[in-house]
Amino acid sequence: MARTNIAFWSGAAVFLVAMLVMTQVLQNEYPFFAGYVILQFVVLAVAWSILGGYAGYVNFGTNAFFGVGVYTAVLLFKALGAPLGVQILAAAIVGSLLGLGVGLLTLRMQGIFFSIATIALAIIIETTVTNWRYVGGAAGIQLQRPPAMAPFDSYVKMLFFVQAVLVVVAVATTRKIQRSRVGHGLQALKDDELAAECTGVPTLRLKLLACVVSGALMSAGGAPAAMYLQYANPESAFNLNYSVSVLAMSLIGGTAHWIGPVIGAILLGATQQLLAVTISSEVNVLVLGVMLVLFVVAAPKGIIGLLRRSPAKTGDHP
Amino acid sequence: MTAAHAGEASLLRVDGLTKSFGGFVALDNISVEIRKGERFGLIGPNGSGKTTLVNCISGALRPNKGAVVFGGDDITQLPPNQRARRGIARSFQIPRPFRSMTVAENLMVALDFAAGHSGSLRERQEAAMAILSKMGLAAKARALTATLSQVELRKMELARAVAMGPKLLISDEAMAGLSTSEVDEVLDLLLSLGGDNIAIIMIEHIMQAVMRFSERVMCLDAGRIIAIGAPQEVMANPRVQEAYLGT
Repeated sequence: MARTNIAFWSGAAVFLVAMLVMTQVLQNEYPFFAGYVILQFVVLAVAWSILGGYAGYVNFGTNAFFGVGVYTAVLLFKALGAPLGVQILAAAIVGSLLGLGVGLLTLRMQGIFFSIATIALAIIIETTVTNWRYVGGAAGIQLQRPPAMAPFDSYVKMLFFVQAVLVVVAVATTRKIQRSRVGHGLQALKDDELAAECTGVPTLRLKLLACVVSGALMSAGGAPAAMYLQYANPESAFNLNYSVSVLAMSLIGGTAHWIGPVIGAILLGATQQLLAVTISSEVNVLVLGVMLVLFVVAAPKGIIGLLRRSPAKTGDHP
Repeated sequence: MTAAHAGEASLLRVDGLTKSFGGFVALDNISVEIRKGERFGLIGPNGSGKTTLVNCISGALRPNKGAVVFGGDDITQLPPNQRARRGIARSFQIPRPFRSMTVAENLMVALDFAAGHSGSLRERQEAAMAILSKMGLAAKARALTATLSQVELRKMELARAVAMGPKLLISDEAMAGLSTSEVDEVLDLLLSLGGDNIAIIMIEHIMQAVMRFSERVMCLDAGRIIAIGAPQEVMANPRVQEAYLGT
């Protein structure tokens, strides 16, 4: 246990230092512009897997959480000129409250009904924001970035590093859940909710916890997007593509282990970025769809499932 | 040692329990008391309300009227997970294993959540193994539940219930669909558990098993108690015979 913890945190430290060094050494902004999006998807996919993977409640409302993160940041920036850190923190709080709401839905709904309800939730929130003049309404809102903070020489590089920190926060949280009794309880309720409840698992409390943590991380991951684009409008902030991409990344990576969504997000995120510059951004969705179909048919447990098939199943994984 | 012998030894008291689904009354004013460590047989034709009663006791269903008192506390409003932690364990009529887990991991859920086992991972694994050996499932500890046979699944469910450290174990037709020798095997297991001071409510259609197992038997028909008492008396009761054989 202790040894894998050291390995994990050393890895996280190396990752952050590498990202930081990159921002200091590389002059070209494009890698950070593209890398930001990939890191953002890592956060979203890892956060999604807490509820969708461990607990088995398929959330189609990633775009609701993402958009709520974006608009919390927009609101705070416009009203108070709040700094980036405050925007992200506030987005996490609002996201956790939204998560609590979604968690209460699970009281009455399971399976496909829960998923449909999360889509409806996203539409309700998007409609509300579309009709909210103060944050720009349907036309959207332009945002003027403040100057970047030292040691970063550009705002995009700073956002890239902030998103890398969020990746570490999201992965560490998810890993903690996966390895704790909470994760074991979520797995039990995913398999059979009534049997879990009768075996002493406080299913409602665990589901609420999963929704709150997942929601907070997704909204936090969305918050910097406002400053990244220097513009926000409801149609793109609440775009259903976020939901579909994140779901595809988690499932293609595999949800049995936290590394699955990370692999899925890097793989699909990088492919999407590559296609966007070489062919067109529209072809992304097609590729996503084809890959999802391929994996559902050939490897329903994702890349993780493929990797795990050969070695004997071990009781405790790193 | 005062006058209250019965009250002192009482583990579970069901008081005027009524449960209806729409217009259908599944349980009609049921009152019964189970003593600590008692082996209690629950019989009745299909649809007589046995499983509904079990669901009301374990918390999967809330009764419309009446109370469930366990260990002196009214638990009628508690969710199943809190009842489980107080010591009510059950198996299901159709086995409900955690399918993505191994047999040992299934038991770990019970140890972690219901029994509140606070030991290290190794201690909990050892506790799970000890129960599995006792149930004759040690060889299957690392097997996925999907690979188990019917009798192994039944035993796994009982083992998981035992891992909860229960004071009351409800076995809902744990022997349904088993061969004669397998029935004896499961019956011996249940009898050996009774020795651990666990009260057991056994729902069963196999009469020899009920007769051999139970200290007391209760027969339900259409949501009402039609007989309760020593096994021989209940079997000899004309109303019981009528309920089972249909005049």
